[in-house]
Amino acid sequence: MMPELGKYAFAVLASYGVSLGLLAVLVLASVARARRMRADLERVEDRSKRHG
Amino acid sequence: MSIWEYANPVKFIRTTDRVLPWISAGAAICLVVGLVWGFFFTPDDYRQGSTVKIFYIHVPAAMMAINAWAMMLVASLIWIIRRHHVSALAARAAAPVGATFTVIALATGAFWGQPMWGTWWAWDPRLTSFLVLFLFYLGYMALWSAIENDDTAADLTSILCLVGSVFAILSRYAVLFWNQGLHQGASLSLDKEENVADVFWYPALVCIAGFVLLFIALVFLRTQTEIRARRMRALIARERQA
Repeated sequence: MMPELGKYAFAVLASYGVSLGLLAVLVLASVARARRMRADLERVEDRSKRHG
Repeated sequence: MSIWEYANPVKFIRTTDRVLPWISAGAAICLVVGLVWGFFFTPDDYRQGSTVKIFYIHVPAAMMAINAWAMMLVASLIWIIRRHHVSALAARAAAPVGATFTVIALATGAFWGQPMWGTWWAWDPRLTSFLVLFLFYLGYMALWSAIENDDTAADLTSILCLVGSVFAILSRYAVLFWNQGLHQGASLSLDKEENVADVFWYPALVCIAGFVLLFIALVFLRTQTEIRARRMRALIARERQA
């Protein structure tokens, strides 16, 4: 199934590995920060409603 | 209905919440199909061998690195002219995404350049202008973080974005302007000449669609986060004053 990459295997696999790794970090960090911020804002809004 | 309705943060969050799952799913499908097609089911190039597979990541990433800055430029101009906070926050949200695409383009370019040119890096006009564009991304993000007042930060980063646009344009047209260096001319252009054979071009198109959709999805998500962060800062400031 794996294509024959020959002498360029390192260049090709490193390109895909680095790129997919960076994209995964970017997506996961964006989703995690979005969830955290949503929860934090709800907490602060509840607090300000309670204190009028 | 006017496009300026989306400058309302509540309207923006409500609308993007509805479309975000669809855009994210589209991005995932296009990226998986395009990359699997390009990696497993395309032949080697007669000159570049299997390194041609890097094309499916390098070109979409480089294209989106430049287009992300163009989107930031439009959003910054809207902020400067119409003072809509959502547009300034959208520009801020797009910067880390554009910076990541720039790193991917630079890294894959180095991995591709080593076997083809015999060097990881050269001070070639296109490579150099891309590196400067990356430094502008870093400066833009640092400036946002360094200034406490949101409006002042939006003003100053918008000006920086205008200046950096010179390098976004240069990184696209450097090969034409200077007509020298190692990097080839544009793979994507509207001229009638065929720059890339169809067998490589079709999977690349799917990958480009995937990168575009991923960019839109991430910018929507991150803009929502920036809107919430801004509201939270305002609420905390109000609490302190009370």
